[in-house]
Amino acid sequence: MKILVTVKRVVDYNVKIRVKPDGSGVELANVKMSMNPFDEISVEEALRLKEAGKATEVVVVSIGPAKAEETLRTGLAMGADRAILVETDAAVEPLAVAKILKGVVDAEQPSLVIVGKQAIDDDSNQTGQMLSALLGWSQGTFASKVELGADKATVTREVDGGLQTIDIKLPAVVTTDLRLNEPRYASLPNIMKAKKKPLDKKTPADFGVDITPRLTVLKTEEPAGRKAGIKVGSVAELVDKLKNEAGVL
Amino acid sequence: MAILLLADHDGQTVSDATARTISAATAIGGDIHVLVAGASADAAAASAAALSGVSKVLLADDAGLANNLAEPLAALLVSLAGSYDVLIAPATSVGKNVMPRVAALLDVAQISEITEVVSADTFKRPIYAGNAIQTVQSGDAKKVITVRTSTFAPAAGGGSAPVEPVSAAADPGLSTFVGDALSSSDRPELTSAKIIVSGGRALGSAEKFQEVILPLADKLGAAVGASRAAVDAGYAPNDWQVGQTGKVVAPQLYIACGISGAIQHLAGMKDSTVIVAINKDEDAPIFQVADYGLVGDIFTILPELEKAL
Ligand SMILES: Cc1cc2nc3c(=O)[nH]c(=O)nc-3n(C[C@H](O)[C@H](O)[C@H](O)COP(=O)(O)OP(=O)(O)OC[C@H]3O[C@@H](n4cnc5c(N)ncnc54)[C@H](O)[C@@H]3O)c2cc1C
Ligand SMILES: Nc1ncnc2c1ncn2[C@@H]1O[C@H](COP(=O)(O)O)[C@@H](O)[C@H]1O
Repeated sequence: MKILVTVKRVVDYNVKIRVKPDGSGVELANVKMSMNPFDEISVEEALRLKEAGKATEVVVVSIGPAKAEETLRTGLAMGADRAILVETDAAVEPLAVAKILKGVVDAEQPSLVIVGKQAIDDDSNQTGQMLSALLGWSQGTFASKVELGADKATVTREVDGGLQTIDIKLPAVVTTDLRLNEPRYASLPNIMKAKKKPLDKKTPADFGVDITPRLTVLKTEEPAGRKAGIKVGSVAELVDKLKNEAGVL
Repeated sequence: MAILLLADHDGQTVSDATARTISAATAIGGDIHVLVAGASADAAAASAAALSGVSKVLLADDAGLANNLAEPLAALLVSLAGSYDVLIAPATSVGKNVMPRVAALLDVAQISEITEVVSADTFKRPIYAGNAIQTVQSGDAKKVITVRTSTFAPAAGGGSAPVEPVSAAADPGLSTFVGDALSSSDRPELTSAKIIVSGGRALGSAEKFQEVILPLADKLGAAVGASRAAVDAGYAPNDWQVGQTGKVVAPQLYIACGISGAIQHLAGMKDSTVIVAINKDEDAPIFQVADYGLVGDIFTILPELEKAL
């Protein structure tokens, strides 16, 4: 069985981003970029399924600028077999990403697509569910455990009240949550090997997808800041402040 | 303008998140119809009908809707969508699961986790873990929206909307419910609690978490939260995680105990009215957002605090 894994190039999770003073967006020049953390978890899951003999091939796909090749190479260095870059410099909304991914799925015919729960830049949490809808497939979102059978997968999902387990028919889309696994690091020899692994380049037009945004960003601003308050010296002082100054006790 | 609002409920009552979403829908403006989908959910429908601002409740009562599976629930919403300009839901795990599916089936964008309604087609939403706020305008004829409920007040009671049955759409039969492992607790729910006591990696074990955090929470009548590190390490269940990828909370008082204050954690709690941080590292970033900071060891401070209350 073939597994397709989506990987997005995003600002590294350790970077504290800055909003451009003119309100036109977020400062991305000279900022460290990495694979979206949830996508590392997705790649890891696919590799484990392959290592367990449940999958035969792991293909990573990214939609983004030429530099997204680095993100795909990271996936290849972790152990994916091949990569597909759908190249565009435009900002692509989740709906258009899902449409492009549907084109990739139609061409590749995987039995399982593993998508991150959320991209940590746009915080949309949409793409996997949208892809599943466009394909008419089942979806197992926010997965903290995936057991793959021949024609179904059993997925344990992180929900507001705790955990929910469902069976989903294959082919399916699964989205990954933080507790699914701990992603491996790519070793230096594997990073070298990854440079020679196949990487196909496509464009959104190859899949006939119109990527014109549906939403217009009118403005991007800093959130209302919070100032540091005071340090108190003792528990007694803390309780006094909470009662008499803040009035919350 | 007509708005279809997907209620979040437990079969008995609609959630606080639902009542807050009604306020967001009211700000958009128009007739608000609340959809209660489930099996034997009449009581929940009645509780939705009693919320002010609701003009009608649609009750879809069907065994196939019992567990909020995405595919039949999305099919139901799509079958009703024709009469509505806006489809809206709280950004709970049900809303986040189903609404993007609905949006894609309708070929429209979803606007995720709005925190403010600027006008009927323009909304504010946080990006980058809340480190930037975008104002977006939707050009789609139908709008699919999820709401970050911590920034909207719950709608008041006193309403008496009619309840009308609707039929479930054909179930595509793609997924089946296997089981739930839901945490049961008498403590207030995280997203609606007035006070939250949250524990981090510093707790060191599930036993210590229970021994040190829970008595303080119970004394305060507080909900319990946790950092990702505490959840990953198994000190606290997953549904207690507060942050960018966990729950977003805004209580009157948030007490962060042994939590460093990573941006992903701050994303989930920095809109709390009053923040208290207790940490032995005086340079911990959590102090930059705390109204009251206490530098010291949680294992001595928390029991002392519990006694002092
Ligand atoms: C994609 C992604 C999503 C994430 N989502 C979330 C999220 O939703 N929520 C979240 O919380 N995190 C999230 N994180 C993780 C986040 O980056 C931090 O790793 C995490 O919040 C750290 O948890 P912590 O503060 O408990 O642990 P640490 O950072 O290890 O901090 C422990 C703190 O305890 C203090 N301490 C230790 N011992 C004591 C003691 N005895 N008394 C007092 N203080 C003590 C230390 O000084 C330290 O400041 C996410 C990360 C990624 C990559
Ligand atoms: N441009 C992209 N290229 C590849 N994968 C993407 C892209 N955008 C989103 N995704 C995938 O969809 C997930 C959720 O993203 P989002 O819906 O934007 O929060 C990410 O973790 C990725 O796996």
